[in-house]
Amino acid sequence: MKLLMEKSCEGRSLSLLGPCDVPLVQPSRTREQPPRLPQLSETELSRHYSALARRAHGVNDGFYPLGSCTMKYNPAVNEEAAALRGFTAVHPLQPLHTAAGCLEVLAETEERLCAVTGMDAFTFQPAAGAHGEFTGLLLLKAYHTHRGEGAVRNKILVPDSAHGTNPASAAMAGYQVVNLPSGPDGCVDLEALRRAVGPDTAGLMLTNPNTVGLFDKNILEITRIVHEAGGLCYYDGANLNAVMGVARPGDMGFDVVHLNLHKTFSTPHGGGGPGSGPVGCKAFLEAYLPAPRFEKKDGEWREKPCPETIGRVRGFQGNFLVVVRALTYLLMLGREGVPEAARNAVLNANYMKAGLEDLYPMAYPGLCMHEFVMSLEKLKEETGVTALDVAKALLDEGIHPPTMYFPLIVHEALMVEPTETEPKETLDEAVEALRAIYQKAKEDPAYLKACPHHAQIGRPDEVNAARHPVLRYRPEGEQG
Amino acid sequence: MGSFVPNTPAQQEEMLRKVGCEGWRDLYRDVPEEVYLKEGPDLPPGMGEQQALAHMEELADKNRVFPHIFRGAGAYAHYIPAIVGRVVRKESFLTSYTPYQAEISQGILQAIFEYQTMICELTGLDVSNASVYDGATAAAEAAALCAERRRVRVLLSEGLPPQVIETVRTYCFGSGLPVETIPLTEGVTDLGALEKALGPDAACFVMAQPNYYGMIEPAEELGQLVHKAGARYVMSCNPISLGLLPTPAQCGADLAVGEGQPLGMPLSWGGPYLGYMAATAAMMRKLPGRIVGQTRDDKGERAFVLTLQAREQHIRREKAGSNLCSNEALCALTASVYLAAQGPEGLRQTALQCCSKAHYLQKVLEEAGLEPVYQGEFFHEFLTRAPRREALLKRLEEEGYLGGLPVGEDQLLWCATEKNTREEMDRLARLVKEVLA
Repeated sequence: MKLLMEKSCEGRSLSLLGPCDVPLVQPSRTREQPPRLPQLSETELSRHYSALARRAHGVNDGFYPLGSCTMKYNPAVNEEAAALRGFTAVHPLQPLHTAAGCLEVLAETEERLCAVTGMDAFTFQPAAGAHGEFTGLLLLKAYHTHRGEGAVRNKILVPDSAHGTNPASAAMAGYQVVNLPSGPDGCVDLEALRRAVGPDTAGLMLTNPNTVGLFDKNILEITRIVHEAGGLCYYDGANLNAVMGVARPGDMGFDVVHLNLHKTFSTPHGGGGPGSGPVGCKAFLEAYLPAPRFEKKDGEWREKPCPETIGRVRGFQGNFLVVVRALTYLLMLGREGVPEAARNAVLNANYMKAGLEDLYPMAYPGLCMHEFVMSLEKLKEETGVTALDVAKALLDEGIHPPTMYFPLIVHEALMVEPTETEPKETLDEAVEALRAIYQKAKEDPAYLKACPHHAQIGRPDEVNAARHPVLRYRPEGEQG
Repeated sequence: MGSFVPNTPAQQEEMLRKVGCEGWRDLYRDVPEEVYLKEGPDLPPGMGEQQALAHMEELADKNRVFPHIFRGAGAYAHYIPAIVGRVVRKESFLTSYTPYQAEISQGILQAIFEYQTMICELTGLDVSNASVYDGATAAAEAAALCAERRRVRVLLSEGLPPQVIETVRTYCFGSGLPVETIPLTEGVTDLGALEKALGPDAACFVMAQPNYYGMIEPAEELGQLVHKAGARYVMSCNPISLGLLPTPAQCGADLAVGEGQPLGMPLSWGGPYLGYMAATAAMMRKLPGRIVGQTRDDKGERAFVLTLQAREQHIRREKAGSNLCSNEALCALTASVYLAAQGPEGLRQTALQCCSKAHYLQKVLEEAGLEPVYQGEFFHEFLTRAPRREALLKRLEEEGYLGGLPVGEDQLLWCATEKNTREEMDRLARLVKEVLA
């Protein structure tokens, strides 16, 4: 399909601006050439993007069991709420008394997230999960610094099964990363943890349920060990969907959490953002949260004094319209709906797992939480068909493949997260599709090696893409 | 109560039996008794869609929507072409995630590739990433990637918006890079002060063009000073102004970053916005975040993929230069549609009207009694003195005008865009005159 720039025709344009009603003034120094933006009619523009949309796969297009991403259905009403002019047309620097509705959205969401997590306060500035991790770690850093231990406590413990963002965030916050090996059961190895903690421990970052889809039953012991060593416990909320309304990170012993509103709280992923990664903490860390913070006193909103804040982590108040969507969702689900969603996320995952485990060995035995990890190592040995091949075969079935090759501690991993918003019929179909692919792998591995056969493109040459990067369009004949 | 669970209670029962569980508690058998919420969460009861939306409407109605906006300071009220909203609401764009599976994500990948191309055209630079969170975090990421072993000091112009300076400072609290600010003279960065602050240990100098006070900085001269000292030059540019002003490439910038909100994103009380980030080819492999590249598929057809992933956190973990994962893809799409709808002439006209209207506004406000603070060249914002500031803003508010942003003791930072009409500016000036009389 042609690029916008290849469709451009000199002299075409939309009719957007009227004539200027004041005398023209332009800066004394100007650019040498106008930017070569495409010149198109509205007809072409509209068709171009309709065609691109047909070449995208969203939750609305089909099943999307991408592990650790919680691709649940994004309710339509969320979009209605986020499109209200009373939200979209508000300037971020309006006087507070003219933005009371926005401030109340944050306050109501904060109250609900505190109830779900067992934390005492939240900031909404972080724009994504990784941004939340970085913010949360700075809270740890501020805490240790204020206690005079900032320089000594310079290590963050991260399990080897963690998302890559965890160690990357710790490094950005100036910490040395200590990788904790997982035990044979996929959970934290208590002995390894006991050996790793010490007077240099700033904290532990943990996802629970963890990235292999298991709830760490030693969680209270884990957080106790870290606390006794003087460290703090950071909860990566990537997998909260399994336990929201069922168990709270605050009760498990965590001091700081980040949530992914775009995962757990049903806001759309937008092709890779905007997300929202609010950070919650226990009361003893609240003073360090990013400023500005707001409070309602005597019926009036005002800025709270925050002398100990770590400062801003983003301009203004974060991805506000994402918070609007999450609140709409929380209002609807409420007391009964929140745990119902979690329970069914776990049930759907176990149901799919039960339909597959005789053919696809699971990385860990027993019940899983909201996702499960299969290892295709044996299939690969027997047939040469890899996790990648199975993923590509699913594309031909109209199913978005599971997360591939993650976590790193499982070989030939496929991580499946169906979410609670999928009906049993969809799960049955996906199980059938995966079972058929398994049979095909035994009979005709070459067919799977060549998958997908019916997608928009065949397998792309990624090595060439990285070796000879072409990162922008240039008109023919122009040198890069 | 509201629910998006399709399976009926009977189906749930059947599925529980199939997985060998006696009930919900059994499903959560690994969750210790001490942390299991027997009574459920402490939340209000759920509601139907109608009630939830009514509640949100009630909250939205508590905000004041100003029909006449004369405030910018980092977030700008521009006209958003109708096609922009139509495109970005398409569900396939809205509900997909990072295009990990290129074979079914060519639409998203191509849209990002087109975005990268347009950002390169706008800035004159060679490469762009797929976006970061906003203008402030883009500046912070840029400062971090300029740091080298012997070059650690981050120099910031005091002409950067305060929210950008504060964000860079917070990021540097994490990384341990020292931050210094360079003062302004007559509203623009003091060349002498910058020269003095630079040195063999300076990593970079970050400035805003136009700056927070609307002033057009001597960008080329600043760049020359920075390069003479061997540091990196980072320009944070308002993207609309690039319809007219010299490009960062022309000014010698190594990196261009900025707040992409003016490119079709509504004000939305601060977000979602867009951080754009472009660099010279030499810095390509240091850029953080997602980048889309062109390649071929196994049939030889053109294809797009996420590329240069060896830079990123999911590969390099603690050795990655940044933790960026999710960015602002849908906002990048918004900016693309906006720029494509404008075209080169539309963008130039928009920039020209912003500049012209701001100059008209400054003239009528000066006539009404609000003296400009600086005499130099400005783009679409400017600072005035403001006697009786509080009374003035209050009166304007009564008439539906969001006046300039209070700055310092007695100043206001005004902004005009192509949306403001001569008629509403004349009326604004009359209101000012009445208050000051």
